[in-house]
Amino acid sequence: MTAATAARARVSRRRSGVSRGQALSGWLFTAPVLVILGLFLLIPVLMAAWVSVSDWTGRGSPLSPGVHFIGAQNYGQVLWAGGLSERDFGTALKNNFWYVILVVPIQTVVALALALAVNRRMLRGRGFFRTAFYFPSVTSSVAITVLWLFLFSTTGAVNAVIAWFGVKGPNWFNAPAGIFHFGATSGPALLTGNTALGVSWWDWLGGPSIAMTAFIILAVFTTGGTFMLLFLAALQNLSGDVEEAAMVDGANSAQRFFRVTLPQLRPTLFTVITLGLIGCWQVFDQIYTGTHGNPSKTTLTPAYLSYTAAFQNNQWGQGAAIAFILFVIIIVFTIIQRVVLAEKKVSKRRMGWITRAERQADTNGTAAIAVQGSYGEQNS
Amino acid sequence: MKISRAVAVIAAAGLAVGLTACGSGFGSGGSKQDNTKPLSILIGSSGDAETAAVKSAVAAWSKTSGIKATVTVASDLNQQLAQGFSSGKPADVFYLSTDALAGYASNGSLYSYGDKLPNKGDFYPTLVKSFTFDNKLVCAPKDFSTLQLIINTDLWSKAGLTDSDIPTTWDQLSSVAKKLTTGTQTGLVIGGEYARVGAFMTEAGGNLMNADSTKATADSDANLKALQYVKDNLTAGDFKFAADVGAGWGGEAFGKQLGAMTIEGNWITGSQTADYPNVHFKVVPLPKGPAGAGTLQFSNCWGIAADSANKTSALSLVEKLTTKADQLAFAKAFGVMPSIQSAASEWKKEFPSLAPFLDAAKYAQNVPAAKGASDVVTDFNSQVAKLASGDPKTILTSTQQNLEALLK
Repeated sequence: MTAATAARARVSRRRSGVSRGQALSGWLFTAPVLVILGLFLLIPVLMAAWVSVSDWTGRGSPLSPGVHFIGAQNYGQVLWAGGLSERDFGTALKNNFWYVILVVPIQTVVALALALAVNRRMLRGRGFFRTAFYFPSVTSSVAITVLWLFLFSTTGAVNAVIAWFGVKGPNWFNAPAGIFHFGATSGPALLTGNTALGVSWWDWLGGPSIAMTAFIILAVFTTGGTFMLLFLAALQNLSGDVEEAAMVDGANSAQRFFRVTLPQLRPTLFTVITLGLIGCWQVFDQIYTGTHGNPSKTTLTPAYLSYTAAFQNNQWGQGAAIAFILFVIIIVFTIIQRVVLAEKKVSKRRMGWITRAERQADTNGTAAIAVQGSYGEQNS
Repeated sequence: MKISRAVAVIAAAGLAVGLTACGSGFGSGGSKQDNTKPLSILIGSSGDAETAAVKSAVAAWSKTSGIKATVTVASDLNQQLAQGFSSGKPADVFYLSTDALAGYASNGSLYSYGDKLPNKGDFYPTLVKSFTFDNKLVCAPKDFSTLQLIINTDLWSKAGLTDSDIPTTWDQLSSVAKKLTTGTQTGLVIGGEYARVGAFMTEAGGNLMNADSTKATADSDANLKALQYVKDNLTAGDFKFAADVGAGWGGEAFGKQLGAMTIEGNWITGSQTADYPNVHFKVVPLPKGPAGAGTLQFSNCWGIAADSANKTSALSLVEKLTTKADQLAFAKAFGVMPSIQSAASEWKKEFPSLAPFLDAAKYAQNVPAAKGASDVVTDFNSQVAKLASGDPKTILTSTQQNLEALLK
């Protein structure tokens, strides 16, 4: 071995030693998080996955030898077996579906409106309003639910206000009627005769019950403030130049909002809707503290059903299976909205307009500069 | 290189220790018995009075036996029991309801000690039946109550009714309910659920399941008759469900005078004197139905965990807690009824006005106890809540199907 190659080898060894050292310290620094995530996230998820395909009865370890693999039976019970479990899951899915469909758009619009309102420079006491709107979000959901039970009781504040208009308010948390049934108690045979997941089409189309509607209002009330904060941060990050440029171009305020501000908020919109979707599919606290799925199972949700199946009825496999189905639903919904909200390529026709407009703007721009120049000359 | 290997070894060892720790937490309970180990007792308490009474009874036992015992009040008994059983470290002694029995008995979580009880023959036979699994008494009934008719005596006399008007048949019940219905006040307000409406089913000679919970009997003519009777009175406006008058349960509606009568168990006496001391009431037997007298009964037992490390002491504690002296002390402290027949006469002497609750023990029926039955009952309740606009036949048919599915 010549001196040169020996030196080269030494260098390379040292270099690999350095990178190895770095890798080691990298692992060391990330180890706490890896251990915590593994212990509290990965292992429980894997165990839950195992429970969902096992006949574990809730006694002792799910990994003990007495527990057997039973394939998709638990999933079958809630998805296609045709029994009470399937009907319960269908009902829960129906309730939560309407909850999501109504809460997500409303809370997003409300949050954006609030953010725009408190973002105005002209508004006096902005700090106060920002705090006031954000307040429901930092209050415990249990406390707010209890407050809601009082507000929406038969003789509560909400019904008192409704009574001013001469209308007798409903018995909110005890009213199982679907709001889109408009008081009808039976529907056409085509809708009542056919079922999906054990729930008739008539019930699927009935919308949320009046009780669930109260929870929908609750969700908008509490999360509106949280998402307002996200929108507010995004609005304050927008540079004023673009807005001013649009003003110079003669865009009115509606045009400025829909064509200039909103497109720039797309990443925040994505975040807000994604978080909203996930939160709405997992609704649990309100049901657990408030109604336990009553009246007539119209506030039953998959998350609560999963809990009762496991902890109260010893159906641990079914409970875990529901949790995993819920997981799939959330993923699917997120993917759908990702596709819908994705930045689309501008179509050829549209691109044509834009280049034409740009060309036009260029000539106008040159003219403007020329005009400015002549003014400049006059001033000097 | 050497360092990283060392770290890997340490990390692997750490993970292994972590997993074994976790494994021991989930370990199956081949627990060693030790007669001196302290006991933990988990109860679902109705309030301070009950907690204090149980604590003092357990403390007295600790004193004589020399074994430490701590009483914990569960915030959610079912959930905490489930967590205990799955972790392999359950409470040694706990309250257990009839509807949870089958689930835990079938997965081996419970120590079936009924045959070892010296006073086994003293318990009411119907209670013994409700805590029997695989033909063996699993646990000792703690106390119980039946449902009876509760009457607001002031509203009763205000409507011009006397003691001779106390209803003994369904028709009489309907007619006094009609007389007691005025303005915001309804004749009879009950919870819209099986646990109250079921009393009418038993009076008509039916119930959701047979006495042993081995056969579904939901779609019987008797049940149909009962539901139809309740529906007719709901439609007439003389009966109402508690939720429909804005009350959480029958007792609340009764206390707020939204209803002049209700159907509840003996737990109503405590809540009435505490929350509505100005409402005067009287307990009378439920009217007889087409098939005679009938009612439902509710009970808890003292469960002992199969994984308990000190079953001998747990059993001796339960023996003490079910003695006549202790049960009468509990009755005085928080108004429950003793589960043993030998305490009946003394209890009646102490609480003569509540005698109808105890007299019904002879014919009271149990709620369905088959594994998974509570799910079916929940579903039945969700339909009964809409009974006024629903079809009794449809409700019973679907309940029958659900119950039959459990027995397959």
